[in-house]
Order: sequence, then C-alpha cells, then structure tokens
Amino acid sequence: MLQTFFNLEIIGAAWKIILAGLGNTVLLSIVVVPLGFAGGLILSLLAGVRNPWVRWPLMAWVDFFRAFPPLVLLIFLFAGLPFAGLELGGFACVCIAFFLNTGAYYGEILRAGIESIPAGQIDAARSTGLGRLQTMLFVVLPQAVRNVLPDLLSNTLEVVKLTSLGSVVAMPELLFQARQAQSLTYNPTPIVLAALIYFVMLWPLVRLLSRLENRVLARA
Amino acid sequence: MSNWDRFVETFFNAKVMAKYLPDIAHGMVVTLELAALVIVSGIAAGLALALLRSLGLRPLNLLIVFIVDLFRALPPLVVIVFIYFGLPAAGLSPSGFVSTWLSLALVLMAFSEEIFWAGITSIARGQWEAARSTGLSYGQTLMNVVLPQAIRLTIPPLTNRTIAITKGTALGTVVAVSEILGMASSAVSNSYNPSPLTLGAGAYLIIFFPMVVFGRWLETRMRWKR
Repeated sequence: MLQTFFNLEIIGAAWKIILAGLGNTVLLSIVVVPLGFAGGLILSLLAGVRNPWVRWPLMAWVDFFRAFPPLVLLIFLFAGLPFAGLELGGFACVCIAFFLNTGAYYGEILRAGIESIPAGQIDAARSTGLGRLQTMLFVVLPQAVRNVLPDLLSNTLEVVKLTSLGSVVAMPELLFQARQAQSLTYNPTPIVLAALIYFVMLWPLVRLLSRLENRVLARA
Repeated sequence: MSNWDRFVETFFNAKVMAKYLPDIAHGMVVTLELAALVIVSGIAAGLALALLRSLGLRPLNLLIVFIVDLFRALPPLVVIVFIYFGLPAAGLSPSGFVSTWLSLALVLMAFSEEIFWAGITSIARGQWEAARSTGLSYGQTLMNVVLPQAIRLTIPPLTNRTIAITKGTALGTVVAVSEILGMASSAVSNSYNPSPLTLGAGAYLIIFFPMVVFGRWLETRMRWKR
C-alpha cells in the first residue's frame, strides 16, 4: 500500500516537478485573489447606486456568474473564443474567468459588509466635510471589511483551491504537474503528494475559519 | 457577411445547435442525476457526522474534525483526480461518474457538518438542560428541541454552499463523465463550431440560475425573521 501511494523512490524522482507546480499555484493565487477582490470591490461599490438601471443589471450580472460553473466559463474562454479569432492562452483565460466568477462572490460579501454600516455614519462623515469617495475609503470600507472578514477569508480559501482548475487549460500548477508526474511514473504517489501539499498549505486557514464561523453563529 | 452575422454564425449556429441538442439534453439529465445524488448523500452524511460529534466522544470527535478539515482544504478536482486516477493502483476502478459523485459528496459532507455543528452549538446550553430536566431523553432533546432551531439557522449558509459545490459537477468532464460540459466539449470538437458550448452554458443557467435566485431570496427572508 505504501509502495503504491507513498513511494519514496517516486517522490525522489518527482519532487522537483511538484515543487515547480507549487510555485506556480502560489504565483497564480497571488495574481488571482487580488483580481477577484478588485472585481468584487467594483461590484459592491456599484451596488450602492440607487438607480434601477444600474441596480437590476448589476444583480443579474452577479447571479449570472454565481450560477455559472467556473470550469464552464474557463472552457468557454479557452476553447470557444478562438473560434472568434481570439486566442488568449491559459493564463489570460484563468485571469478573466476568476475576475468574473470570484469577483461576483467577493462582491456579494463586500456588499453585505457595506450594508452593515449604519447610514448615520455616512451622514456624519459627510457632514465633517469628507467627500463621497473619502467617506467610502476611510469610514465605510475599513469597518465593512472587518465585519465580513470570516466570509472574505472563506472565499479566499475557495479561490486558492479553485486555481486547480488551471490544470484543465494546461497551466503548470500543482495539480497539473502532479498529473504529469503520475503519467510519467505510472504511480499515484505524485497526486498524493500534491494533495498533501494542498492540505498542509491550507489547513491553518481552515482551522482559523472554523473557529471564526463558530463564534459568529454563536453570537447570532 | 457582416461581423455580427459571423458572430451569430459562430456562437449561435442554429444548424449545429439543433444537431447537438439531444446530446446536451442527455448531459443535462446526467448533471441533474449527479447533482441530486451529491446533495442527498453529502448533506445526509454531514448531518450524521454532526450528530455523532454531539455525543462528545473525544477520539471520535478528533477524527471527525480531521476528516472535515481535510475535505475543506483539498480542492474538489484534486479529490476527483485522486479517486479516478489513483485508486485503480489499489485495484479499485470507480467510474468517472462514481468518482465525481463520491468526491463532491465528501466535500459537501465536510462543509455541511461544519454548518450543522455550528448550528447545534449555537443553541444555548440551558435549553439542553431544561429539556432534559422535563424528562426528555438525549435523542428526544436533539430531535425535538435542538435540531429544529439549529436547522433553521443553518439553511441560508447551507443552501449557498450546496449550490457552489453542486456546480462542481462540471468537473466530471475531466474524468470523462458525459454531463453537460463533457457533451458540449465533444460536440465542439466534432462540429468544429463552439455553438454547443453556448447551448451547454444555457443548460447550466437553466439549472443553476433559479437555485442562485432562490438562495438569495432565502437569505433575505431568514435575515428578516431574526
């Protein structure tokens, strides 16, 4: 059993490939998380607009991308757009898909955070002479982010896990590299190793989240 | 031909769509079957784990927490790939459908256990004690006092999480499940036209858009109630 699933010889042969994958997963996460967050920030700021011509399309946009499986979006960009003469490559497709998909999720979370700030605070901030943008940046957003921090972290965990979809469009990230190593060695050890790396990397965040979530529900 | 016509011809090609509509419809059935199986078994297993955890047996609880953490930390695609490509080395060869079902059910089990457990612990200790002192047994207290309140609290987060995980049925494509995306992808390579992908995208929206809207409605409704 150990020979099959945790073969030390195979690990010796494959660790370099896997490690390169880990590096790319980290890099990809560093690009994609801020991108999704930025998308969410734009959506959540627009959600404050009262105009129904902005409000309804915005809500439809968010629900559309929450209903769309991210892999379908990715495949559409990667395999569909080339037919229109637009060949973007795996990395660009992943970036666009994450911007649209995870942006919708971040947007919903941030909107809930912004709505949790009482209107009186905005009035007070405006009456001291702060502009709209200043009020948002220095008064509303810092508190909003703090109020929904567990949800933001939880979504970030999901985004990092989602980078494994990059393997489908041949991004050389952790899962892709592990699959390569597995098909070269005819042994599942590289996949076990990759799973182990994901677990070790993300476990602290999962622990933290489970504590935060229990506290939030207990307060409700 | 104008640009617009060419665009329509490429992504909304009626002839291609008509030809592959039965395939996509078949894929939709597979997706729905997979989704139903994942939802029922995942949530049932999650609830069972949460109930087991409420017994308060320390070694058992450590094991449950570990399993839950494991499947919260691992990307679902990694679990699918491990089951489909890894287990055959141990003599087990689950099909792509079973691999996807098992993986997503395990992930949903982990998330729903967390949510149910948070719901159960949110019911004040005093309620347990009061119920027990009126003569209700442990099981009766759990079933008639704690769970009805806990479950109401857990419905909005559970719904959203369930939708997010159920969308993962598209991952089945990677292990050759003939669900919507898989059918659409092979139709694209057969017809050399991306219209089936548009059709597939529409099929996903038909399934998941109402679910997302329902989740949003549920969330606001539950918030008013509190």
